[in-house]
Amino acid sequence: MTTMNRNLLIFGGLAAAYVAVGILQSWTLALSILNDGLIVAVVALGVNMQWGYAGLFNVGVAGFFALGGLAVVLVTKPFDPAAWQAGTPEILLALLLAAAVMFAAGRAWKVMESGLLRVVVTFGLLAVGFATFRMIFGPAVEAVEAVNPASAGNIGGMSLPVPVAWLFAGGLAAAAGWAVAKTALGLRSDYLAIATLGIGQIIITLMMNEEWLDRGVKNITNIDRWPVPHEVGLQQQGWFISLAEFLGQDVRTASTVFVGICFALVIGSILVVLLALLELMVRSPWGRMMRAIRDNEVAAEAMGKDVRSRHLQIFVLGSAIIGVAGALYVMRHGLMAPQSYNDPLRYTFLIWAMVILGGSGSNWGAVAGALIVILLWGEAESVGPSILALITAPLNDGPLKQHLVDSAVQMRLPIVGLMLLLVLRFSPEGLIRGR
Amino acid sequence: METLNALVAFLNYVVVPATSYGAQLALGALGVTLIYGILRFSNFAHGDTMAFGTATTILCTWWLQSNGVSFGPLPTALLALPFGIAITSAMVLATDRTVYRFHRKRKASPVILLIVSMGVMFVMNGLTRFIIGVQDRNFSDGDRFVINARQFTEMTGLSEGLALRTTSVITVGAAVIIVAALFWFLNRTRTGKSMRAFSDNEDLALLSGVSPDRVVTVTWLLVAALATTAGVLYGLDKSFSPFTYFQLLLPVFASAVVGGLGNPVGAIVGAFVISFSEVTFTYAWKKVLTYALPGSLLPDGLVQLLSTEYKYAVSFAILVLVLLFKPTGLLKGKSL
Repeated sequence: MTTMNRNLLIFGGLAAAYVAVGILQSWTLALSILNDGLIVAVVALGVNMQWGYAGLFNVGVAGFFALGGLAVVLVTKPFDPAAWQAGTPEILLALLLAAAVMFAAGRAWKVMESGLLRVVVTFGLLAVGFATFRMIFGPAVEAVEAVNPASAGNIGGMSLPVPVAWLFAGGLAAAAGWAVAKTALGLRSDYLAIATLGIGQIIITLMMNEEWLDRGVKNITNIDRWPVPHEVGLQQQGWFISLAEFLGQDVRTASTVFVGICFALVIGSILVVLLALLELMVRSPWGRMMRAIRDNEVAAEAMGKDVRSRHLQIFVLGSAIIGVAGALYVMRHGLMAPQSYNDPLRYTFLIWAMVILGGSGSNWGAVAGALIVILLWGEAESVGPSILALITAPLNDGPLKQHLVDSAVQMRLPIVGLMLLLVLRFSPEGLIRGR
Repeated sequence: METLNALVAFLNYVVVPATSYGAQLALGALGVTLIYGILRFSNFAHGDTMAFGTATTILCTWWLQSNGVSFGPLPTALLALPFGIAITSAMVLATDRTVYRFHRKRKASPVILLIVSMGVMFVMNGLTRFIIGVQDRNFSDGDRFVINARQFTEMTGLSEGLALRTTSVITVGAAVIIVAALFWFLNRTRTGKSMRAFSDNEDLALLSGVSPDRVVTVTWLLVAALATTAGVLYGLDKSFSPFTYFQLLLPVFASAVVGGLGNPVGAIVGAFVISFSEVTFTYAWKKVLTYALPGSLLPDGLVQLLSTEYKYAVSFAILVLVLLFKPTGLLKGKSL
């Protein structure tokens, strides 16, 4: 079987599986899983770029993903004049100051000769900077959080349109990626993994606790989702009601399905554009150089390639892609819930399972892996309990049986794990072989 | 008197909690560091090994309790611990035979083994949730305090109390015994020496007739014992839930890395560095300062550098700093 046929078979099979879910269960469910799948496919493209092209081990995925969501809130939410009055400018000033102090301390450490003086100057700068920062930042945050705390209490946004948010999400995640890369890329593989895991968690902890920024655990709802219409609005439109009648569906179901299709089209087109760009990059001389660096850093360096800055570049680009996916995710769910990202298993390691299953270094593989794993993940939630009820049918009703049925959804973790282990053992190149 | 009160408050809110947390982290970090030193990879499944060990110990505890067994003033879980360790040992050995051995024989790179451990992490995490559920569980019984705050104030006449919880005392005592035993084993016994030799230079150790399979098996047994004990002590001190234990992976790794991966003494040093900085950065110092400073100098706020939610962030900030300035850790670790 040629590679082309094999790939067609994989994607054909996937399409059939999603259609089967639509027919056997419901189209709402099929589209909901598909949309989540398309979003994580974008994330998987980003991770695959870092790992598959360059061998950079990033397990801070959840952090970059969450930053993308934050970008949507900061860009699309309406401007809040009361918060601005209360202290938004001071907060921004304090953050600028913090960045300036860190930069200055970093420069001082680099420029000065090693010795006691250097330590004193660097840490003195940091200490004075931190104290000043707290003095400006603390009262401003308190003032902003006191503004209408039941429904706001955060700095609000910039009232800009959604596509700006996609770009900003990429930019924000890229900036974070740049900072991480600058500090951690010099580390060897395992250490890089641990450092990124930590930095990702720090980002999420910040988002969970800094209420002035995104209301923390109080969540932000009603996120703008242009160009996708709202179900409630659709249900009142004359043309839509007649369309639903023509198809013989009730209006409510029809509206959720219609919205699902709209999301699939929007997210799907972004995925396709990214995929096309990435495929062009892989085939270009740039892609060849990246593979050369991945396969033998020393040789590539000897050929005059700047390994360090190429790594930096690819880490930043990969992070940006993950950020864009984060924006799409928040948009699709209409909700920014920072604590939901505090689950590295779901938002980081699951993505890794997708990339490994799909095939490291293969963009198409990352997409296929994402769609397969998310289908499994979603279905475990929807049919897992009934399957386990079927298996445990011979048992007498009782606490044990109840416990087994209730825990059925947890079985998706071992299933993903086993899949990952089997792939690593029997077919390490994954479903679709990368270059 | 005021100084004494300040000291007691400092002991009660900073030193005691940080010491027992540090002891728990140290046991966890020793497991990570042993695997890194001998099997040469970062085991992402370590948090879940701790969770699995604790879950099985809890099940055994319940079984013992339902049979009317108790350990007097001490928690019954200590009696169940050997069973938990036995089951966890069987589990990790089975994992090694079915999963890791294949990749080891092929001399897979550390990163591939790390990804393999991610797969194991998923399986173990799911199994633990499946076995015991996702709820928070308290399984501590017996006496809660060795000395409680009121007894202490009555005894000493100070206004500030020092409470010594049974679990803190057990944690520190157990940690000291286990660490002493571990170092005796590594430095004095034949098997321990062969493990260190294997860690220093695999080829040379093989040439000298060290049996790799034996070294690997013993390592996993030690890791299972350390992880289960660390998990049970942490759970007795606080509480058990699969998710918290998965998250423990972060400070445990931070401890091992800060101390120097692959270096057992480093793991212990790192654990205390991490635990003390987590507590000092997130503790509100107001209470201690009330006693230590004259009223006129007393600051208005809580004198808390960061809110308690940031404790994991503190451990990671330290981790990142150490990685930047001393990439092999405070004590010399190895870098693969």
